[in-house]
Amino acid sequence: MIFDVSIDATINAAVNGTMTTNLAQHGWAGLQTLAAMFPLQPPVASSIAGDIDRLYYLLTVITLFFTALIFSIIFYFMVKYRRRSNDDRPPDIHGSLVLELAWTIIPSLICVVIFVWSSSLYIRAYHPPANAAEVFVIGKQWMWHLQHTEGPREINALHVPVGVPVKLTMTSQDVIHGFYVPAFRVKKDVLPGRYTSFWFEATEAGTYHLFCTEFCGTSHTEMIGWVYAMPPREYAEWLANNENDEPMAQQGERIFNHYTCNYCHVPDGSGRGPSLVGIFGKPEKLSNGQSPVVDEDLIRRALMEPNSVPVEGFAPIMPTFKGQFTEEQILQLIAYVKSLGSQERANAK
Amino acid sequence: MSTATIDLHEAPAESSTNYLNATYGMKSWLLTLDHKRIGMLYLGTITLMFLVGGIAAVLMRLNLLEPQGALVEPDTYNKLFSIHGILMVFFFLVPSIPATLGNFLIPLMIGARDVAFPRLNLMSWYVFITGCAFVLYAVMAGGVDTGWTFYPPFSSSYSHSHVVAAALGIFIAGFSSILTGLNFIVTIHKMRAPGMTWFRLPLFIWAMYATSLIFVLGTPVIAVTLLLLGAERLLHVGIFDPAIGGDPLLFQHLFWFYSHPAVYIMILPGMGVISELITAFSRKKIFGYSFVAFSSLAIAIISFVVWGHHMFVTGQSIYAGLVFSVLSFVVAIPSAVKVFNWTATLYKGSISYEAPMLYALGFIGLFTMGGLTGLFLASLATDIHLNSTYFIVAHFHYVMVGGAVMAFLGGIHYWWPKITGRMYPDLWARFAAFVIFIGFNLTFFPQFMLGYLGMPRRYGIYPEEFQVLNVMSSAGASILAVGYVIPLVYFFWSWNYGPPAGPNPWGATGLEWETASPPPTENFEHTPIVTEEPYNYPTAEVASE
Repeated sequence: MIFDVSIDATINAAVNGTMTTNLAQHGWAGLQTLAAMFPLQPPVASSIAGDIDRLYYLLTVITLFFTALIFSIIFYFMVKYRRRSNDDRPPDIHGSLVLELAWTIIPSLICVVIFVWSSSLYIRAYHPPANAAEVFVIGKQWMWHLQHTEGPREINALHVPVGVPVKLTMTSQDVIHGFYVPAFRVKKDVLPGRYTSFWFEATEAGTYHLFCTEFCGTSHTEMIGWVYAMPPREYAEWLANNENDEPMAQQGERIFNHYTCNYCHVPDGSGRGPSLVGIFGKPEKLSNGQSPVVDEDLIRRALMEPNSVPVEGFAPIMPTFKGQFTEEQILQLIAYVKSLGSQERANAK
Repeated sequence: MSTATIDLHEAPAESSTNYLNATYGMKSWLLTLDHKRIGMLYLGTITLMFLVGGIAAVLMRLNLLEPQGALVEPDTYNKLFSIHGILMVFFFLVPSIPATLGNFLIPLMIGARDVAFPRLNLMSWYVFITGCAFVLYAVMAGGVDTGWTFYPPFSSSYSHSHVVAAALGIFIAGFSSILTGLNFIVTIHKMRAPGMTWFRLPLFIWAMYATSLIFVLGTPVIAVTLLLLGAERLLHVGIFDPAIGGDPLLFQHLFWFYSHPAVYIMILPGMGVISELITAFSRKKIFGYSFVAFSSLAIAIISFVVWGHHMFVTGQSIYAGLVFSVLSFVVAIPSAVKVFNWTATLYKGSISYEAPMLYALGFIGLFTMGGLTGLFLASLATDIHLNSTYFIVAHFHYVMVGGAVMAFLGGIHYWWPKITGRMYPDLWARFAAFVIFIGFNLTFFPQFMLGYLGMPRRYGIYPEEFQVLNVMSSAGASILAVGYVIPLVYFFWSWNYGPPAGPNPWGATGLEWETASPPPTENFEHTPIVTEEPYNYPTAEVASE
């Protein structure tokens, strides 16, 4: 196909005598066809993608350099020192300390540079900024359930605004899955029984692949979807058109009251359980002497195994809620507890 | 008379009785205590396992010709890649060089009559084929679909396939590794011929020693891990599945604590083979003997503390990620040192290009690429993107196939005359080496590109834009398959009709070349006495004397 195009171009050009312009045009078209058939780079669509690519290209250059170096030395030696006679007597060479040190130290130094650079990117990829918008993800055989804090739910699709950091908090209902958006160069495994998270900031509007990357059974290859990165205004419209779901915190509050959690967890702290207002993200003193920071996993643990999180000053009388909530409801309860913190902060201001 | 010199005329002429014709009949093979025959038994067994695993790979590559899957249902595809991985890793690569060439050569190279525990050696083989039987049963009964990594809770609570039979097969075969490793360690410590000091050992022996250490120290961990997996699957004891109180990451820690060192079980023996081939075909001492020898030990030791680099995106803490990243860069250095030393060995050598040397040079090139692409994955940020994609698949096939299998084939071609007493057609062998090199690169190089583009591994169905590269890869696989069949044909021919090889067809040093081909059952007529360093080829200085 491509070759046809260029042959035509050459013949036409020869006939018309406008060789250069025609070749340039057809050559460019051919290149574009080739690029579409044979992509060399995934879309670069997040704030970290370009940085990871630069490191990738450095590593590619290092790989090509050393491969070429070794290959050319071997070829040179193969030709230069080929056996000319069975009586060849090579010189008696045992080794060279200088060379050994050189080819130990130089690669080590290169490794140090790569390590420092890549580690700083890694830390950035897994430390979401404080102002990130939140989306909650539940993986299950074989689909992705997502819910935005504002309420809209999605299946195998994720709509995000361009230019806004988005944090995903993820868990699985069954086996291990992996959430991967190649265009954003981000990936994290999604585990049952705990939360993992990462963040990204889309920089280019577009539609990008979402893949499951941890083998999860029969339809693993169908546990895929699309990420729609939209300009903020379009995203706001999309949110407005999907407002049949109320915000997650409100849904969580309804569950909270329905299960009478509010009887004990009274906001002013006078109940039989500790107040939950403003606890999220702060250390909580436990009667066993530890002071863990309250995060998603701790709230989950307090629901499932309350006795493993005995808050100082309160009797360990909370019953377990294991098996009573769906993963989605637990996430909504977490969103509610989080919102209690931000309400308090808002009131303080 | 039996010293470690290479004078061809000093070696005894082909003896009339050797280990192959000393006794006849099925029973004489199945009850043999001869390390050479046991090595042959292993060679037959792992060749069979390689063929079954290879057929699975061919079916996978056929399926991937079309984005929607050209051949099989998703469940079947999942079973194909699981079986391919399990057979190739645990039943071919792990035992490949140690159990065949290691068994055959260790006593010959150190000037011993046999390994330290011949009965244990035979038992190891029986243990191994019992493991093979369990895994082949799992394949026949309907397959297993967990991938070779068996990640729970999928493998323990969700998979409907024959997980327990396959895991039990690996568990049993593991004991064969442990017993073989133990046997080799004792043999190398206690059975060396007079004068065979540690620094006169061929580097193949150093590599086998390092491998044996990993066999003995690492294999029990995978055995326990698979036992726990079986307990959870059969008895519902909550160990890995969070729904019953377990921790899925615990499995990954335990699994990779063995399986990363296992990568070096697969590549270290290959490195040992390459050191022998490069020296023999350039007629030179190895450049930097002690650096090559100690880098094997360094790799064996450091390999035990890098397992976490398989878990950079699985939910392990960021700090653990940083530590494992540093250690993974550290383990790359001794491998680089080896590559540089092999290259330097060629300098001013007298290089010839028989088939084994072509495999050795192919190994250096492909292993260099496999090793360097490992840096992309030791580096945390690029690993986020490349982990679980085809980049990983390409990387470890460059190391495992481009490295370990090339070295295995190079070793088999190099020692075939010693093993059988016969030559094979060198032209065909060179041709096969060339076909394998081309086929290999065409199969696996496109997979680096697929991985960077974001195609996940273990996908039997994929988006259309990945098709061109997948078709290239499948085309390469068909060439590679042809390349693997050619040696099978001429080795069969050679076994029956090959011209006699003589004791030392390559003019190589080493005790194994000083006895007849094939060697007599007792290996040496007299215990050899070693007075020289290894690879003591005649040098210019000697010639001028």
